[in-house]
Amino acid sequence: MIMATTHCARESARMLSLMEAQSSERPAKPPSDRPRGSRSQWEECMTRITRRNVLKAGTALVGGMAGILATGRAPAFAQGTTVHWLRWNDFVPTSDQLLRKELLPAAEKALGLKINLETVNGNDLQPRITSAIQSGSGPDIVMLFNNHPQIYAESVIDLSDIAGRVSEAEDGYYDLCRANSDDGKKWISLPWAIVGAMIAYRKSWFDEVGSPTFPDTWEKYREVGKKLKAQGRPIGQTLGHTFGDAPTFSYPYLWSWGGTEVEKDGKTVNINKKEVIESVKFMTAFWKEAHDEGGLAWDDTNNNRAFLSQTICATLNGASIYLEALRNPDKYITEKGAQLRTDIQHAPLPKGPAGQFAMHTYFSHVIPNYSKNQDGAKALLKWIHTRANYEPWFVSQKGFATPPTHEWETHKLWDEDKVMTPYKIAGRLGQTPGYPLPTSGKKAAEVLTKYVITDMYAKAVQGSSAEDAVKWAEDELKKIYT
Amino acid sequence: MAIAESRVETKVYMPQAPRPRLRLLEDERWLAFVLLLPTVVLLATFIAYPFLRGILLSVTDARVGVPGNFVGLANFYKILNDGIFRTSVYNTFLYTGVTTVFKLALGLWLAVLLNRNFRGKAFTRAFILLPFIIPTVLSTFAWKWMFDPTFSVLNWLLYHLGLITGRINWLGDPQLAMISIIIVNIWRGVPFFAISLLAGLQTISPELSEAAAIDGARPWQRFWYVTWPLLLPVTMVVVLFSVIQTFADFQIVYVMTGGGPANATHLFATYAYQIGIGTGLLSEGAAISLAMFPALFLVVIIQLLYIRRVEVR
Repeated sequence: MIMATTHCARESARMLSLMEAQSSERPAKPPSDRPRGSRSQWEECMTRITRRNVLKAGTALVGGMAGILATGRAPAFAQGTTVHWLRWNDFVPTSDQLLRKELLPAAEKALGLKINLETVNGNDLQPRITSAIQSGSGPDIVMLFNNHPQIYAESVIDLSDIAGRVSEAEDGYYDLCRANSDDGKKWISLPWAIVGAMIAYRKSWFDEVGSPTFPDTWEKYREVGKKLKAQGRPIGQTLGHTFGDAPTFSYPYLWSWGGTEVEKDGKTVNINKKEVIESVKFMTAFWKEAHDEGGLAWDDTNNNRAFLSQTICATLNGASIYLEALRNPDKYITEKGAQLRTDIQHAPLPKGPAGQFAMHTYFSHVIPNYSKNQDGAKALLKWIHTRANYEPWFVSQKGFATPPTHEWETHKLWDEDKVMTPYKIAGRLGQTPGYPLPTSGKKAAEVLTKYVITDMYAKAVQGSSAEDAVKWAEDELKKIYT
Repeated sequence: MAIAESRVETKVYMPQAPRPRLRLLEDERWLAFVLLLPTVVLLATFIAYPFLRGILLSVTDARVGVPGNFVGLANFYKILNDGIFRTSVYNTFLYTGVTTVFKLALGLWLAVLLNRNFRGKAFTRAFILLPFIIPTVLSTFAWKWMFDPTFSVLNWLLYHLGLITGRINWLGDPQLAMISIIIVNIWRGVPFFAISLLAGLQTISPELSEAAAIDGARPWQRFWYVTWPLLLPVTMVVVLFSVIQTFADFQIVYVMTGGGPANATHLFATYAYQIGIGTGLLSEGAAISLAMFPALFLVVIIQLLYIRRVEVR
């Protein structure tokens, strides 16, 4: 073999020198000192190497791949005690830094694990878990929004033991946590936090139009909004396909007028009724009179930019606008020269004929049952949900995220900044998609992901009649619930 | 002497017989089969298997993580009665039709211009390719900012040029949102047409056009009766590729509108994604994806038949 290789090398060198010697304008010819039609040793040598060696290597490669595919397991070097945790890019970046630099190194030391934290855009969490479940491999812990865990109920492990322990230690979970994280048999996800949805508004601008306190009914809000829009300061609200702000506005709005996507029996769709049609008619007028009409195409970040650039007077949001104004007090200045942070207040959504409602963006973690490190993943969740370890993360959020248990309502953080105080009890006030069902199941998750409720209002705002928009929603809901 | 020669020949031409397995590989037919095998495996793994898996999924009630049961054509029946699906079908045909016509017209115009001799020709040709080189998602984000409902730089420009007095709600109005994604697709697709057609133009001998000119043909006659017929086979191939890509487009719509407002810009691919990935209804998502297949298959068959006919002629 060595001899053959040496011979080939010599032959290659001879061929190269021959080719170099020939003019570049002429194509290279094989040496002519042999009979026509016969092969040179060099060609024979190259042919042997190419065919056999390449085929052998190819067979080995295919065989190796086939072996991996047949076992359905990753190669041994890819396994181990690493726990892969997939989360969103937090709207409060300091919290992600805290996790990476302090909390997770401490967890690695305490648990003897290697933790790989990956953060992605919030919209990318669902595609990631879907492909991971279908392929049977992926992150060991995945953060999900709202009632999305219900979609994956059969493919995630039971977390009732950890949930029970946390609930017992911290004065119980809020009802909305169970509705989102319990499939009726077990806890399929472990509650992490609730991002309270409140209206952030410009206090001085509301004062100027004669509304020293935030309007507590939709009618009052519309009147105030009309005056503000006339001054070039509209309300900013998205009715687009967003995971956060659009549903947290459209669902409570529907509930406050007496509408629900389904009756308590979980089967009867009764949305096509007078109250809901009234709500749609009201929304159409409210939108034109008081809103920034670009909101139809906004994503979850547009309203932050619009508020901070002083284009809108109010918007339903988590506290990220205020927190950004706090972080950069000299960057955001009002038209009167004051720091913007001093002119921001928070308020819950107004009341409707059927009452006052809220829906908050909810976060929880699942452990897919394909995970090879379920024990490690559970150990990490247990570790981070102890009070001592969870508290630094909660404090770093400065109130943007409300913990899922009652005990934290008494935390001193809520007394530090009165602007954030309304978020303290966000967990108590919120309902979940599928309300009034006790558990927000797969069907409610499907309604949410298809944006049926949000699009009902968006269609009307775009020009459909209220009756047509409600009929459309009714048809869509019936396809899902019946 | 004859015996001696025979002995010598026996020594020279009777090398040690190769092992049977290797001898098999020296057979040209077997070798061809073995060399083709990786390609066949790749095609089977990445094209045939997903396609068959898609068909199997579409006739079950599978959800994410749950294999599901056979339900026949129930998913197809369901999507045919789905208003959003019907909107997606209309949108997809509109989007593909309009963008292809514009991409062809603009691409051809650019190709003819670039086929001329002028200073900086090489630089201009490279520059024209830029929209095609930049990753789609990045360039689409840039467009999204330009069409931003509140801070649109296009609106700012039009306003300061005195062409508009109020804001245009590019992505919030259903019709304008569709026009916006069509504009972005055209912007991105024109370089592909231009460069491909330019390559086609360069294979046409200038002597043909010169001969026609000597015979008194005007420029547009030279183009219509000489250049265009010779360019047609290339054009058909380019259009074929473009139609397939545009029909299955996902990134531009997903980034710019997410299918909104109120499903007004959903295409096959974005709606299939929303149903299959978003709601976990894999079988229904597969049915929506497969609904594209007959239309695309028909386009491909017609165009390939046409190309074959042109080549034979």
